[in-house]
Amino acid sequence: MMLRLLVTLLMLCLSSASLAAEIETGDATLDGAFEQLLDRDFEVKAQGITALAASDNPKTDALLRGILEGGLRYLTDNKRLVWVQTHADGDHAIDALSGEDYGVYTSRKFKKFALNNAMRGQIRTLLAAEELSNPDPSVRLNAVKSMLDTVQLSDAEQFSKLLEKETDPAVRKAFGSAIALAQLNTEDPKQRHTAIAALSGQLEPTVRNALNRLAQSDPDEGVRVDAATALAEIEEKVHFYGYIETLFFGLSAGSVLVLAAIGLAITFGVMGVINMAHGELIMLGAYTTYLMQQLMPEMAGLSILLSIPTAFIVSGLVGIAIERGIIHFLYGRPLETLLATFGVSLILQQLVRTVISPQNVPVSNPDFMSGLWQINPVLSLTYNRLYIFAFCLLVFAGLFFVLKFTRLGLQVRAVSQNRAMARAMGVRSARVDALTFGLGAGIAGIAGVALSQLTNVGPNLGQAYIVDSFMVVVFGGVGNLWGTLIGGLGLGIANKLMEPWTGAVLAKILVLVFIILFIQKRPRGLFPQKGRAAEG
Amino acid sequence: MKLANKLRQLSIAVSTVAALGIACAANAADTIKVGILHSLSGTMAISETTLKDTMLMLIEEQNKKGGLLGKKLEPVVVDPASNWPLFAEKARELIAKDKVAVVFGCWTSVSRKSVLPVFEELNSLLFYPVQYEGEESSKNVFYTGAAPNQQAIPAVDYLMGRGVKRWVLAGTDYVYPRTTNKILEAYLKAKGVAADDIMINYTPFGHSDWQSIVADIKKFGSAGKKTAVVSTINGDANVPFYKELGNQGISAENIPVIAFSVGEEELSGIDTKPLVGHLAAWNYFMSVESPENDTFIEAWHKFIKNDKRVTNDPMEAHYIGFNMWVEAVKKAGTTDSDAVAEAIMGVAVPNLSGGFSAMMPNHHITKPVLIGEIQDDGQFQIVSQTPGLVAGDAWSDYLPGSKDLIADWRKPLACGNYNVKTAKCSGQNY
Repeated sequence: MMLRLLVTLLMLCLSSASLAAEIETGDATLDGAFEQLLDRDFEVKAQGITALAASDNPKTDALLRGILEGGLRYLTDNKRLVWVQTHADGDHAIDALSGEDYGVYTSRKFKKFALNNAMRGQIRTLLAAEELSNPDPSVRLNAVKSMLDTVQLSDAEQFSKLLEKETDPAVRKAFGSAIALAQLNTEDPKQRHTAIAALSGQLEPTVRNALNRLAQSDPDEGVRVDAATALAEIEEKVHFYGYIETLFFGLSAGSVLVLAAIGLAITFGVMGVINMAHGELIMLGAYTTYLMQQLMPEMAGLSILLSIPTAFIVSGLVGIAIERGIIHFLYGRPLETLLATFGVSLILQQLVRTVISPQNVPVSNPDFMSGLWQINPVLSLTYNRLYIFAFCLLVFAGLFFVLKFTRLGLQVRAVSQNRAMARAMGVRSARVDALTFGLGAGIAGIAGVALSQLTNVGPNLGQAYIVDSFMVVVFGGVGNLWGTLIGGLGLGIANKLMEPWTGAVLAKILVLVFIILFIQKRPRGLFPQKGRAAEG
Repeated sequence: MKLANKLRQLSIAVSTVAALGIACAANAADTIKVGILHSLSGTMAISETTLKDTMLMLIEEQNKKGGLLGKKLEPVVVDPASNWPLFAEKARELIAKDKVAVVFGCWTSVSRKSVLPVFEELNSLLFYPVQYEGEESSKNVFYTGAAPNQQAIPAVDYLMGRGVKRWVLAGTDYVYPRTTNKILEAYLKAKGVAADDIMINYTPFGHSDWQSIVADIKKFGSAGKKTAVVSTINGDANVPFYKELGNQGISAENIPVIAFSVGEEELSGIDTKPLVGHLAAWNYFMSVESPENDTFIEAWHKFIKNDKRVTNDPMEAHYIGFNMWVEAVKKAGTTDSDAVAEAIMGVAVPNLSGGFSAMMPNHHITKPVLIGEIQDDGQFQIVSQTPGLVAGDAWSDYLPGSKDLIADWRKPLACGNYNVKTAKCSGQNY
């Protein structure tokens, strides 16, 4: 009798405790774990994760992943754990355990689980162990790789078992490294020797660190020497890839310079107009990208592609307006042109500040431009840079084609070489001037689209590139497109070669000093224009 | 005839101007003028425009409550256009010509250094709302932003507590990051971090090509010890920096970045999904849960007529600074600079994180220090908060030149850089 009373009391207590809980799943272990997860203290939250992982509920892994990725939420009104599912009529709450649909909730009603970095790492490690037997080989590969850092001698056996079942060659190789890494910790020096041999030539930082540790502090002399030799071999490879990486960084920095400068190569190089508003034409291109993305927020990739012609037209039209409205009256008066276009640049900047916002605007990267191409553990190229390098070459080729093989190009070259003669031959020089300037401005707009993917889109975007642009055009040789390409890429590479040992600030200064000296020696730049045009 | 006409027009114009002038002078007697010295154009407009709007909002609210000393407050807004010498000129114009009682303004340290002599010469008051490098305490300036011990040091402590052994100190190349990094380097070494485990890197303003630096950080972080980046990278340059981190696959779990200049405002310009988990240390986050904060955010959204706009730490600093000034003026019964400066020490007003901030005798204030992790919605999840308030320290204890200095503007000491060893006030003004 007494006992029964006690039990009832106890059950009452328990039920009142669970009444106070914010989440009810019907499973006591889960409820306890989630109560800890909602604690303010991150230590307690972490214990909640451990408790959740220890639960034998079949949905545990899905729940953990939901917490990590943010898809799992809870509702405060009925205390249920739910998944968010987007339907046409709004976000539905779907019970995470029973699958029941609770109808539409506003986003503020869905409560998220707060995590910190340590907890994210904890969940990932917990999930990685499960993922080792995932049917998708790429998931298995990532899981092995994520475990390399923490591999223990005791893990070797488990990995060996998995290796026997494994069929994918890349995953087999990763398992091999993991086992070898584990065996570096064995008592038997012979086994350590074999492990080092298995690891030779592998570029993973974990392998390098482990070998380094062995080379310095292994009790066995032979193992130390072996590890040092293997390490030296790896370091040599790492250095080699380091050079390739620097070269790529240089080319990509150079391609940005070329893109920014190539429009100027036309307006300044071919027409001889000092256009201080060039940077703002780039900025307009970048803002066009922003506005296009606002128009079609769901299609980042398509909006970027459409931005290219749109930006060309927008900046081109503004360029023609500047030419017709101002520069047209100032031909042959470089100082006035400089001042007038500087005024235009300030007007355009302030216009954007007033009309759009003085703040920077967000331009998102489409998926195909994010991420990196991992060639090996020490060499990886980022996609956005690769695309922009390719884009730069494409724009250059296009422009080159227009100038060499079209009627407009012929007229442009004719007017720039000998205006009076061209006019005598029936070329309407004023129209050609406007179109040339529009072409240069349009190219600047396209550059803006590319830059919007790399840097801030804000009213000051143009100012950052105007000096660099002039630098490239003057260095490459005024009036020569090839000069701009070679000059821009060369300066980019020089900058990146110097950066590691001088720092970014000094590298920039050194490049400028070099150009000043170079211009003293060869005032007409890298590829001077030859012939009569050069004298005029 | 024509000339006569012109002359007549001119005389009309002159008399109108004169009349207006008199009207203004008459008005001036009924209002207290508050100067707002924030760039509305140029590089810093991005950050400073918001602060100008915050001040306008605070002044409007105060006027709704009946003004101050029975008078209305009148904002005087000038635009120093991110041009440092122009800051000094505009400050002089505000004080000498517009006769403002107090000025709220500046963002960069260099702009503050530029206006300092003006405020000291004309004996006016400046409230400076941004976190800064310390090593300064002027009689005429009240520092409502964080000193290094209210931001940088607690941030490093937090990461140390999470097992970080290797440190990258990355900053923009100017006075704030250089001084802060000098303090942090000394602090880390004092805590037993080897020189090999510290990498220091500076980049120019607006740096956008982060490829090699991020690759270097990646290499530095792959040496087997837990690595973190302490970033004093300023303003614009952060967006391409974080983009590059995301692209090169550095996540907050491998190498967390803790930033001192990245807040909600800066994040509103980026897609924050790749940045989840990177950290920032401030004295206020928009996500702070307190009734004061809710009221403030609501008022801000109503004032700016856009409920997407975020609030940030320097805005809170202006909120605290403005309320402190109001209290001090009430206490002194006048807006006279000396009387207000005397009255404001010890004044405590509510901050937005649910406590009270007080003005210390060294012209810095007490604040809680919060560490937040970036979320995918551009807000911060607070992961650590100091149990109490931290008092701002004008002179760092970790720099050889300044560890013996203290600032105390109470009489009879009244000195901004008193050397406790030599018992002398160096008399250096700033």
